[in-house]
Amino acid sequence: MRIEAIRAWLDERLSISTLAGMAQKKEVPVHRHSIWYYFGGMTLFLFVVQVVTGILLLLYYRPSAETAFESVQFIITEVPFGWLIRSIHSWSANLLIGTLFIHMFSVFFMKAYRSPREITWVTGALLLFIFLGFGFSGYLLPWNKLAFFATKVGTDIAGVIPGAGHFMLRFLRGGDDVTGATLTRFYGFHVAVLPAITTVLLGIHALLVQLHGMSVPPGLAGKSVKKMKFVPNFLLRDLIGWILAIGVLAALAALFPWELGEKADAFASAPAGIKPEWYFLFMFETLKLVPAKIFTIDGEVIAILAFSLGGLAWVLVPFFDKATSGRTRSLAFTIAGLVIVIYMVAMTVYGFVM
Amino acid sequence: MDRQTNHSGKSWRARLAGVLRGRDEHPSGAAPPGTSQARAIFKIALGFAMILALFTPAPAQTQKKNSCIECHAKLDDPRVSAPAKLFDNDIHRGRGLSCNDCHGGDPNADTKEGAKDPSKGYLGKPKTADIPAYCGKCHSDANLMKRFNPSLRVDQEREYYSSVHGKLLKTGEQRVATCVSCHSVHGIRAISDPLSSVYPSNVAETCSKCHASADYMRGFGIPNDQFDKYKKSVHANAIYVKQDLSAPTCNDCHGNHGAAPPGIASVANVCGTCHGRQAELFQVSPHKAAFDQRQFGECIKCHSNHFIAKPGDELIGTGEKSVCITCHAAGDKGFIAAGLMRGRIDELIASVDRSTEILGRAERAGMEVSRPKFEMKEATDALTHARVLIHSSSTAEVDKVVAPGLAASVKGYQAGLGALAERTFRRKGLAVSLVFILFLAALVYLKVRQIEDRPAVRGTKQIAIFVLSAILAYLIKPMLFGPVQRVDAVLVGIFFVNYIVLSLVFAFGGSLLKRNKE
Repeated sequence: MRIEAIRAWLDERLSISTLAGMAQKKEVPVHRHSIWYYFGGMTLFLFVVQVVTGILLLLYYRPSAETAFESVQFIITEVPFGWLIRSIHSWSANLLIGTLFIHMFSVFFMKAYRSPREITWVTGALLLFIFLGFGFSGYLLPWNKLAFFATKVGTDIAGVIPGAGHFMLRFLRGGDDVTGATLTRFYGFHVAVLPAITTVLLGIHALLVQLHGMSVPPGLAGKSVKKMKFVPNFLLRDLIGWILAIGVLAALAALFPWELGEKADAFASAPAGIKPEWYFLFMFETLKLVPAKIFTIDGEVIAILAFSLGGLAWVLVPFFDKATSGRTRSLAFTIAGLVIVIYMVAMTVYGFVM
Repeated sequence: MDRQTNHSGKSWRARLAGVLRGRDEHPSGAAPPGTSQARAIFKIALGFAMILALFTPAPAQTQKKNSCIECHAKLDDPRVSAPAKLFDNDIHRGRGLSCNDCHGGDPNADTKEGAKDPSKGYLGKPKTADIPAYCGKCHSDANLMKRFNPSLRVDQEREYYSSVHGKLLKTGEQRVATCVSCHSVHGIRAISDPLSSVYPSNVAETCSKCHASADYMRGFGIPNDQFDKYKKSVHANAIYVKQDLSAPTCNDCHGNHGAAPPGIASVANVCGTCHGRQAELFQVSPHKAAFDQRQFGECIKCHSNHFIAKPGDELIGTGEKSVCITCHAAGDKGFIAAGLMRGRIDELIASVDRSTEILGRAERAGMEVSRPKFEMKEATDALTHARVLIHSSSTAEVDKVVAPGLAASVKGYQAGLGALAERTFRRKGLAVSLVFILFLAALVYLKVRQIEDRPAVRGTKQIAIFVLSAILAYLIKPMLFGPVQRVDAVLVGIFFVNYIVLSLVFAFGGSLLKRNKE
């Protein structure tokens, strides 16, 4: 009786029953591609893991060149279960980027970006860049040798951009070199700027998904498709995935703890075979393979411009595919997507092998 | 203004020529006497010249005539043509000197007779016995040498006559090294030039030209295997392989211009220039007096001289390779001390190895042990220090550093043990967590099946239980019975226990859900 009263009180103020009604009505199409619907939820779950473990790490992490490495060392050796939290944060970040890519390409190939879901796609694509930014800024925070030099190389690449390059480099580094100022800056991006942007973009993204419902692949559009209730059927299935994800993260953290390495030393020579995180590897390898000069212009500049334009085009995909919107499969886009995926996978594998 | 004119108004070249001829017109170095009017004119002229110099592009150095080079370079006999060719790379040429600055004569003359005119100070080729003084005319003149290099020493000639070479030369012996034997002649390079015959990595080979030749050294009564032995030494390895130019070569122990074998009682001083602490400990050890009394060459008695091998722990103690047993007999005081010192060092080595091994194992397992690894440096430093302290021949001294070293090493070992225990704890924790996580996932799965009114697919459940049992068996076995090398009876046993337990859990979970549904 008392619980009913509390519910009624809350309902009056928060319209819980309306929201519950909406949730009750939400349905998920069931077809042979339904498996891809789970990756958005999985990415979101891993993001929640990142937020929770990130906040826990903040309790001990100290963002300065003098204390960062030592504080992470303290977290993983002295703080009870600090090793677990730190390892889960690092592993989860990588799995998150992985599921994000899968989610994005599945949406792309199922043409789920088409009208009226353009904004959902744009916010999602922007979220990809934000999460790559999370990865890049977070990588430096333990202030170890590998991260130090990877950041040096990464920000050097930003410096190549014609015109704004030097400004970008100085803005990212907080000076001409990677120093303690860079660390503090990256920390700011990682825990304040990027989370704030993520909150807005993710809010819009999730809201739009609720608003438009799940998209059906072009081949199935118009046909009668079996549906499943989001609550509880789909949500329970999501839950199984999330529980298993916790198991995977726990196993990775316990069996393959994320290494800390050696403390960064600006005067030390760069370690041999330095490579960025796997999700930047395809771009890094491309930059290495591109000729020094293409028609008197620096090959590196052309490659960076190409990647920038490619990224922009990727964000704007729904506006290019407008002509074929509707039920058509638009083979050209599927082939382009396949080429991109094959290129990224091949270059990443090449980067690991070489 | 002539750049070679010094403050006294006299060219250094003229002065050098004077020195070589043995007559200096103004030995005091004072300015030539002149009237005040002459001095005023000179000053005005100097001022004009300086202003002119400021506004005139610097001319290329005027090519002076050098008939010595011109003629000698054309000669067929390599004995007389070589100097003209070699001189191109000679440091003296680089400093503006020419043939006549050493040999006298007139390089402007067009004929052989004119060039080698004794009235123009022509000296010709010096005799072997005259070479030190010949070079020393300039190199022993501090006032002259500071014009070229203020920090260059000028005592080489004096030191040379203190060497075995110099002393023999004075007795009339011609087969001894003089300046040109080591520095070469006409193609003399700076000692910092890697092509110089006296560059650190070339010295031993230069000395060996005479000292390794049995024919050449016949009659001197010294061995000629020094170079062969040196090449196998730890010092040669440092200089040739590690490219460490600070490593000792012949001249570092024997001296260069004053080359002589160090005396029996001064060996430790010579070695001590680099191995200071060892020499210091030896000087106050009981061995010092005993070695002097028996005319043993201090350090070289145990380490040898030219063939100094990398010293190992086997040198000390009472083993077969020990140098202690060459003098000490079983049971005597030194024999016992040697055995004790070796025992303590071995103890520390074993402890450090054990700790390093366990920390390495923990690190390979992904545990963070950089701090205990760093702290292990205290133990390895103690080991290095103990190896130095054996030169005191005092067990007590060695023990003073071995004890804290052992303590640091034990601490490292415990840290390694702790890290491995932590790893095991994590794995056990993971196994327990996975059981709960998988159980929870299975329950949710069954719940989905229940609300969708579909019975759980039997095959799927059996496969899940099978896979889960196998995973758990691989996780549980190392915790209870040690690492999994292959599929053995124990592993299969654990697998079956898992299978039975999980089947029961699933059956129980299923019946619970069924009851709820009813």
